[in-house]
Amino acid sequence: MSAFITELFSNFWVSLAGKLLLVALMIPLVGMVIGFAEMKLSAKMQSRVGPYFAGGRWGWAQLIADGVKFFQKEDLIPDEADRPVFKIAPLLVLVSTVALLVVIPFGPGLIFRDLSVGIFYALAISSLSTIGILMAGWSSGNKYSLMGGLRAAGQLIAYELPLVLAVVGAVILAGTMSMTGIVEAQIAAGYPYVILQFLGFGIFMIAALAELSRIPFDMPIAESELVMGYLTEYSGFRFLFFFLAEFANMFSLSAIAVTLFLGGYWLPGIPEDVLAYAGPVILIAKTFVLVFVMIWFRWTFPRFREDQLQSMAWKWLIPLALANILLTGAFKVYL
Amino acid sequence: MTTTDKRQVPPGLGMVKGLWVTIYTMFRTIFRPAKYLATVNYPKVKETPVPRARGVIALDQEACTVCMLCARNCPDWCIYIEGHKEEQAPSTPGGRVKVRSTLDRFDIDYALCMYCGICVEVCPFDALFWSPEYEYSETHMGEMMHDMDRLQDWMVTVPKDPELEK
Repeated sequence: MSAFITELFSNFWVSLAGKLLLVALMIPLVGMVIGFAEMKLSAKMQSRVGPYFAGGRWGWAQLIADGVKFFQKEDLIPDEADRPVFKIAPLLVLVSTVALLVVIPFGPGLIFRDLSVGIFYALAISSLSTIGILMAGWSSGNKYSLMGGLRAAGQLIAYELPLVLAVVGAVILAGTMSMTGIVEAQIAAGYPYVILQFLGFGIFMIAALAELSRIPFDMPIAESELVMGYLTEYSGFRFLFFFLAEFANMFSLSAIAVTLFLGGYWLPGIPEDVLAYAGPVILIAKTFVLVFVMIWFRWTFPRFREDQLQSMAWKWLIPLALANILLTGAFKVYL
Repeated sequence: MTTTDKRQVPPGLGMVKGLWVTIYTMFRTIFRPAKYLATVNYPKVKETPVPRARGVIALDQEACTVCMLCARNCPDWCIYIEGHKEEQAPSTPGGRVKVRSTLDRFDIDYALCMYCGICVEVCPFDALFWSPEYEYSETHMGEMMHDMDRLQDWMVTVPKDPELEK
């Protein structure tokens, strides 16, 4: 039986279909888990009950009900909108989210595709969502959307640089760009890279928050001034796509941070054979810790002003990330 | 900010303090909800409103003189009043005929009402009262129009006046 399954999955098309199905299931599942966690935790942080009615206990079915609601809604496209661009934009954002999952190693050998330039691919594909967001803002035919889209473009491009530069430190230490290679280098070294790369890790997390345009970096969708920014004209399942992409992106960026800086699927003291099974659990547990931190930040800090946001990226994060690269390089050469 | 300000903290410490407040609130709400929850599971658990809450307006039909002051002062015109004069026989033969205003219709459209309470304020004969009842939602907008009998029924829920200060 197991031989048959191995044979079956060695077929390229069967394994491709299996992987596609897995990703297609994972994105909404992860999105719903994180979305629900955010609803509940934010409620507790504000001394509220939170959703509790849908599904009986704890309101666990709240987001399923929300999803069904989104599908029932009318598919509205404004008259002024650039229709094809308006329709493609949410797909593009979701595609970049799905494609990010491809290079995350969930365990030894458990990865959708182990690219030799894994982290480079991940950063490149995550910038695709910037284009999607700019398209959404541009095509909506609404000045609030346009302002939001332009702000998003300015912000995402500014924070793309520290994100990339923060990664370089871990890449220098590991000597490889492959995600599996980076985890294996951390296992070989015996410590997660956050010990040496705490600066890089901090910059990566700040930049990741900005990439997700979540509070405190939610200038592009600032409700109090831009209605909902580039999301203003979206409703129904197109809005659902953006919504899912945000939460799934939180997961995948956190998973990349875990892989690069926190040892990925590895925990010290766990033997190799157990790791093969416990790997995904460890990775997902670590990822959810980081996701919790993101939720925690969101419900604590107020929004940055636009100029503060830009000066933080260009005046602080980028020079710090460059200094981090210099120090890491010196460390690597002399030790 | 002057240097003598005691509340001045090193930069960045404010962020840590903020994070502490949110996580502290979260854990105390999770582990001791009975004490720290600010809201309740509404249809299952009901909160007792404070006695002077502005829930619904009750009408004391006996006290109403159809003076229309409430209807005229209502900012969104949600009070409908109709009345007529009833003549009563004079108490002494050959005396003047007594005239009494009688209420035919007194409706409040709660779909329009904005709970400002001006009608309660202006009523010269204390015919209108605030009641803390709040559960009177309907499935159709038109049913939010409460007629005078329904408004009279709210009277039993009106709390007693507080004791006067000695």
